[in-house]
Amino acid sequence: MRFLLLFSRQGKLRLQKWFKTYTDREKKKVIRDMTMLVLARPPRSCNFLQWRDLKIVYKRYASLYFCAGLEAQDNELLSLEVLHRYVELLDRYFGNVCELDIIFNFEKAYFILDEFLMGGEVMETSKAAVVVSMEEADTLQETMEEYMSKPAY
Amino acid sequence: MPAVSKGDGMRGLAVFISDIRNCKSKEAEIKRINKELANIRSKFKGDKALDGYSKKKYVCKLLFIFLLGHDIDFGHMEAVNLLSSNKYTEKQIGYLFISVLVNSNSELIRLINNAIKNDLSSRNPTFMCLALHCIANVGSREMAEAFASEIPRILVAGDTMDSVKQSAALCLLRLYKTSPDLVLMGEWTSRVVHLLNDQHMGVVTAAISLITCLSQKNPDEFKTCVSLAVSRLSRIVSSASTDLQDYTYYFVPAPWLSCKLLRLLQCYPPPEDGAVKGRLVECLETILNKAQEPPKSKKVQHSNAKNAILFEAISLIIHYDSEPNLLVRACNQLGQFLQHRETNLRYLALESMCTLASSEFSHEAVKTHIETVINALKTERDVSVRQRAADLLYAMCDRSNAKQIVAEMLSYLETADYSIREEMVLKVAILAEKYAVDYSWYVDTILNLIRIAGDYVSEEVWYRVIQIVINRDDVQGYAAKTVFEALQAPACHENMVKVGGYILGEFGNLIAGDPRSSPLVQFNLLHSKFHLCSVPTRALLLSAYIKFINLFPETKATIQEVLRCDSQIRNSDVELQQRAVEYLKLSSIASTDVLATVLEEMPPFPERESSILAKLKKKKGPGAVSVTELEDNKREGGELNGGSDRGPDTSAMAASNASTPSPSADLLGIRSAAPVGAAPASAGSLLVDVFSEAGPAAPSAAVNDDGFLRDLEQPTETSDSLLVEGSGDSDSAPPSEDPAAPLPEADDLLNKFVCKNNGVLFENQLLQIGIKSEYRQNLGRMYLFYGNKTSVQFASFTTTVSCPGELHRPQLNVQTKPVEPLVEGGAQIQQVLNIECLTDFSEAPLLNIKFRYGGALQNLTLKLPVTINKFFQPTEMASQDFFQRWKQLSQPQQEAQKIFKANHSMDTEVLKAKLLGLGTALLDNVDPNPENYVCAGVIQTKGQQVGCLLRLEPNAQAQMYRLTLRCSKDSVSKRLCELLAEQF
Repeated sequence: MRFLLLFSRQGKLRLQKWFKTYTDREKKKVIRDMTMLVLARPPRSCNFLQWRDLKIVYKRYASLYFCAGLEAQDNELLSLEVLHRYVELLDRYFGNVCELDIIFNFEKAYFILDEFLMGGEVMETSKAAVVVSMEEADTLQETMEEYMSKPAY
Repeated sequence: MPAVSKGDGMRGLAVFISDIRNCKSKEAEIKRINKELANIRSKFKGDKALDGYSKKKYVCKLLFIFLLGHDIDFGHMEAVNLLSSNKYTEKQIGYLFISVLVNSNSELIRLINNAIKNDLSSRNPTFMCLALHCIANVGSREMAEAFASEIPRILVAGDTMDSVKQSAALCLLRLYKTSPDLVLMGEWTSRVVHLLNDQHMGVVTAAISLITCLSQKNPDEFKTCVSLAVSRLSRIVSSASTDLQDYTYYFVPAPWLSCKLLRLLQCYPPPEDGAVKGRLVECLETILNKAQEPPKSKKVQHSNAKNAILFEAISLIIHYDSEPNLLVRACNQLGQFLQHRETNLRYLALESMCTLASSEFSHEAVKTHIETVINALKTERDVSVRQRAADLLYAMCDRSNAKQIVAEMLSYLETADYSIREEMVLKVAILAEKYAVDYSWYVDTILNLIRIAGDYVSEEVWYRVIQIVINRDDVQGYAAKTVFEALQAPACHENMVKVGGYILGEFGNLIAGDPRSSPLVQFNLLHSKFHLCSVPTRALLLSAYIKFINLFPETKATIQEVLRCDSQIRNSDVELQQRAVEYLKLSSIASTDVLATVLEEMPPFPERESSILAKLKKKKGPGAVSVTELEDNKREGGELNGGSDRGPDTSAMAASNASTPSPSADLLGIRSAAPVGAAPASAGSLLVDVFSEAGPAAPSAAVNDDGFLRDLEQPTETSDSLLVEGSGDSDSAPPSEDPAAPLPEADDLLNKFVCKNNGVLFENQLLQIGIKSEYRQNLGRMYLFYGNKTSVQFASFTTTVSCPGELHRPQLNVQTKPVEPLVEGGAQIQQVLNIECLTDFSEAPLLNIKFRYGGALQNLTLKLPVTINKFFQPTEMASQDFFQRWKQLSQPQQEAQKIFKANHSMDTEVLKAKLLGLGTALLDNVDPNPENYVCAGVIQTKGQQVGCLLRLEPNAQAQMYRLTLRCSKDSVSKRLCELLAEQF
């Protein structure tokens, strides 16, 4: 996967993750093209399209579009499930996640994504494992002092 | 749980975000942001040291502002400070900021790398993961340089936590993708491969991505992964849906891991080991079988995951392309999907079938679905699905169904989405040509194409139809008739006018017998379109008109009338005006014979790759058109172009060159056009003369022409440094005392010195060789300067000069004294060579250099830049003399000619300098075309003198040159031509 974008129906970008180095110009271009292409698609179209040399996979969840740019060898259907799994993870963490959660806790949305994907590849597919590490992180802030004083292993 | 703020909620941040959301306008938002930026700036600059929480909050606000699309030019330092906090969330925000907003400030990078280093060695798994994430997110070369050697260690260490291993594997993958040269697996290879056996599914999932990428680059080193992958896959495929607990996704066991395993196997050919292969085939069959079972869940996630594995398995089957059974089953499965109610599956089935269509085992099976695919093209609501259907039709097309497919594509074009029209046009044009048995069908198809989608018909397409009509006698009459009819439509596309103008100009006589298409009717029809056309089309029509005068003398008066009117002869466009004037003159001065010679029918075009295919390739990027397809087309294209063994009549070629400049002359070849710079007709007989003597222009163009394929196959040369090469040699094999073979770049180095005498001949990390040389008559003196670039002494430094062919028939006599065997670090030594040219020669003398550097023998051979042109004496002569001599040197073997693409600037001054550097006299006012260059000189050898004449014709528009050499000795023409073709 080359990039993952979350944007609203109005085309407002909510999250951008780049798994390959893009210049700012390229990023702007990708964002503009993606929002234009995807938002223009009629409902119940297929979830895939070709854009330059990339396969684009997108899916709408409530008011948010999740849109990923894939390389030629990536599997479209499974990437659709990557998006779904990410939504599930957000949902598990926030509890009935909505766009506002992602706006107000954008940093958490990035952290959750990092637990799940790295360099554009799926790192951990177990929902439990991801959720556990997120919750650990949340408790860590209170108990870090305590944690640090413990022997590491 | 609170909806707005979770975990360590930062109230200030939440307030700021809602403020921004409440802004009514962009201006208000910017105002609010500027206020916040000022606030943060003052906090950061303030005297009071900020506590960790505040720092985190402000950094987070900056991040938010940046993600809104505003520039952030401060705060980096504070973010870096957060990295060294021992509070997890502070560190986390610091890393997030760095990942999103990294800049190449070197001071900062050093600090960041330091913090990462500390975290990596902290043995605290959460900190290690944060650091690894940051490296992967940034993924820069600096990061790779700092950590590429450390991460493999973490990955395979026995005591690394699973979560860290996962991060390390993917982090390494990211670094490998950006800087493969820095990630050296070497000793870790087998331990990395064995991660496939890891107990922890998450570790396997992460590691396999790394292994797949490494296998693609070094398949041999990683090939043990095949059997491991097969057994892992087999265990997953045969497990029940609940066996893998949390790695089961909607009742599908480990879909991500399964797909990645199948993807890894696609890096390799089918396993050779019978048992492994048997097991794999069993897995693939199980996957295909499962597709037929009733679903375990109605959820789309279940079917997506299951079908993802199925598609990946089909990809593997197609990749192996060796199991007819599986291929046919795969094809049937995809056939089912073609009619599935899920649009996604129809899309993917069309896509996969495209690759399946190229397999010989399944091509026929794919073809059975033609009706479904045509139906998809007609009825799918979604343009991206229709696009896939068009792609598949293109892929499944062959002789048996070409007419049907082309007809369907044509009718689809009438309503096709604008975004895919141009590509569709190219595809129709290619198929029509490739599978044309009956050329009237081909002509009909292309004219239809122009009628339906004229705007999307690129030049290549109409050039091609003309090339084919010219080369096929049997279709010319039909083409003339059809295009004449097509032009009668009240509104017809300009491309149709172009084709019409060209075809009627050439073959209008074939239909002139019919009173309905008599010469004047044809002319009036063409001319009725004239005023609606653009300048290039009008230019083409003017050329058609002069051809009409030749074909049909009865139209002469009418056409001259047209040419004479002010709108032509005084047209503000130079090209049109020039043509009108010249054609008018040509038609009134020249006798019928001259006119007939000048305007003779076009000779057949040399056989060449279809320019349309090249265009499609360019459009879709490399790899879009397979090589087999290319060769296929070349073969069939040849058939279609007809036997072109009849050598083109050069005088006709020259004449048509002169009579039909630019747009139509482009037809001669997009790549290998003979330069058309010469001013048409007005240049008179001299020009025709020169051209007609210019010999076999067309054959050499044809030879040039397979450039497309050559370009594809030519391996790009790696410019390994010599040092590496040398030491590598000494590691693997005992150093040889024999002179090494000339360096691969020796010819390129030599070519740099053809037009100059002084400069640096060669340089690597150790050695620099400079040259100064001077020549008089048949003698030369060359000074070689060997510089030691290191601080270490070179020992046993010896140089040897050898002349190829010296044993049999000495061509050159080179004398020198041995050099000092020791070259101190930083020192330079000099060697003088005395050179005598005995007779003309082609091969350059070789210079072998051997020395020991730190014990290792360095052995390299270069070509000495002594080339035949060094012995030139310039000869000045007047135009008349030049052409007289030129004619005298008229035996075919005395001439060498090359048409080639410009590799350097075509600037006049640069060209002049090069030609003077060549050693010849550059003659002004000789060539009738001031754009051309002519030179003359005599090569002095001991035995004889060789007179040489040179003519260089640049075509700036096509970025091409035609170079012609005529020398009194044939081997000299040939050699000079080779040497010079590399210079411009």
